Amino acid sequence: MADINVGDTAFIIICSALVLFMTPGLALFYAGMVRKKNVLSTTMHSFFAMGLVSVLWAVVGYTIAFGSADGPMGKYIGSFSKVLLKGVAFGVTGVDGHLIPESVFAMFQGMFAIITVGLITGAIAERMKFKAYVIFAAIWVLVVYSPLAHWVWGGGWLGMAGLGALDFAGGTVVHIASAAAALAAAIVLGRRKDYGSSAVQPHNLPMTILGAGILWFGWFGFNAGSELAADGVAGTAFMVTHLAAAAGMLGWLVAETIQHGKPTSLGAASGAVAGLVAITPASGFVDVVPGLLIGAAAGVACYFGVQLKNRFKLDDALDVVGIHGVGGTLGALLTGVFASTAINAAGADGSLAQVGKQAVGIGAAWIFSFVVSFIVLKAIDATMGVRVDAEVEETGLDLSDHAETGYVL
Amino acid sequence: MKKIEAIIKPHRLDEVKEALSALGVAGMTVTDVRGYGRQKGHTEIYRGAEYTVDFVPKVKVEIVVDDSVATVAEDAIVSAARTEKIGDGKVFIYDCESAVRIRTGERGPEAL
Repeated sequence: MADINVGDTAFIIICSALVLFMTPGLALFYAGMVRKKNVLSTTMHSFFAMGLVSVLWAVVGYTIAFGSADGPMGKYIGSFSKVLLKGVAFGVTGVDGHLIPESVFAMFQGMFAIITVGLITGAIAERMKFKAYVIFAAIWVLVVYSPLAHWVWGGGWLGMAGLGALDFAGGTVVHIASAAAALAAAIVLGRRKDYGSSAVQPHNLPMTILGAGILWFGWFGFNAGSELAADGVAGTAFMVTHLAAAAGMLGWLVAETIQHGKPTSLGAASGAVAGLVAITPASGFVDVVPGLLIGAAAGVACYFGVQLKNRFKLDDALDVVGIHGVGGTLGALLTGVFASTAINAAGADGSLAQVGKQAVGIGAAWIFSFVVSFIVLKAIDATMGVRVDAEVEETGLDLSDHAETGYVL
Repeated sequence: MKKIEAIIKPHRLDEVKEALSALGVAGMTVTDVRGYGRQKGHTEIYRGAEYTVDFVPKVKVEIVVDDSVATVAEDAIVSAARTEKIGDGKVFIYDCESAVRIRTGERGPEAL
């Protein structure tokens, strides 16, 4: 392994740790928004993914996503030559001059799989049986996430090796895929008993805001690290990621203040996350002004996006569709408008044709993830049931599914 | 003996406590409670959706005093808790049949 670039390797190891740290951040972000009787249940949805998804990723997820794309099915699924990360300890990956150990690459990508599963759980909060969630998460990461990552980043039909849809760090693979699964879950699970009443108000918003701060912090590893090298593109990705988060916060708060007269702390946190979501596919392809515009547009669009669920009477409890679906779709489209080869020669220039390619990627991710998630959830519902009974929902899932309570005061 | 139960605005608790201490009331029990009266609730906004919260936070103060002090204590609570805005709360007075100081076994007004 003499040819590896030590600077790049050090950078990606650190970025991997940053991306992992987003998941407990997400756990705080979500758990603060539920009622206190479900604080541990909601925390576990994200935190447990760090255990489950990591093991599944090593066993077979990585090879489905990043196994060889040669072979007859190679456009759709990686070969099974790297089951149990076979040979990964001795491999290298990347372009000449920027080689990093494949072990580091495999772990970096595994952290993405973890948080993508975690993101879905905002839609299932306060009413899904934990054991049903475990089955769903295990199947989903292998039949939805891993193939989709292969399509976009693993040499499959959608990404730069095929159609040429741009997705720098996961607008389609992470955000649209998780939002589509969340939409399916909200439909299959149905509404919480207290949906729409004051009974479902968040129990700890400072916790949510700390979680949003951790997500913002970790997102630098997510986006800048996706360059897989410590170079100028990583620097640009870092810069526009930060600016889009900031502009997203402002965009949301302005829209909210115009509609309701008061800027809320939950709005500040949500707007920053919306900006981060939308810049994810674009980071590494766009300059400063597009970065600011994408963030601000996402802040406004997601503010109105989260209110759509009330119109459709869907209980996407913590707004995965409104933020990750709307923000991810907007960001992926605008990537096709603002991408510049002056920023990243390996990318493309914004054009109507590129927007078209982006639309294909967006549609593929929405449809594939939604349909498969819906079928998997229906199958689980038919066998073991996805939803806790009404009495358990009343008492809270912390006690019923985990035999604990979050607060003893 | 009389038991006085006052539901007041949380931020008036210190004033009420001071006023009762000044009268020589030797102890009290305080509980955080939620409820509504004519004030009704308030509106909270989360991600653009408005929710009406019916139960507003109040503090319940409970004291037991000798009959001779009851009216003065009642007046003290009322004037200390009053802001003249809606939601100032209410004061209730009940007869108290007995009282025992657990440590010594003293009974009646001696136990207060």
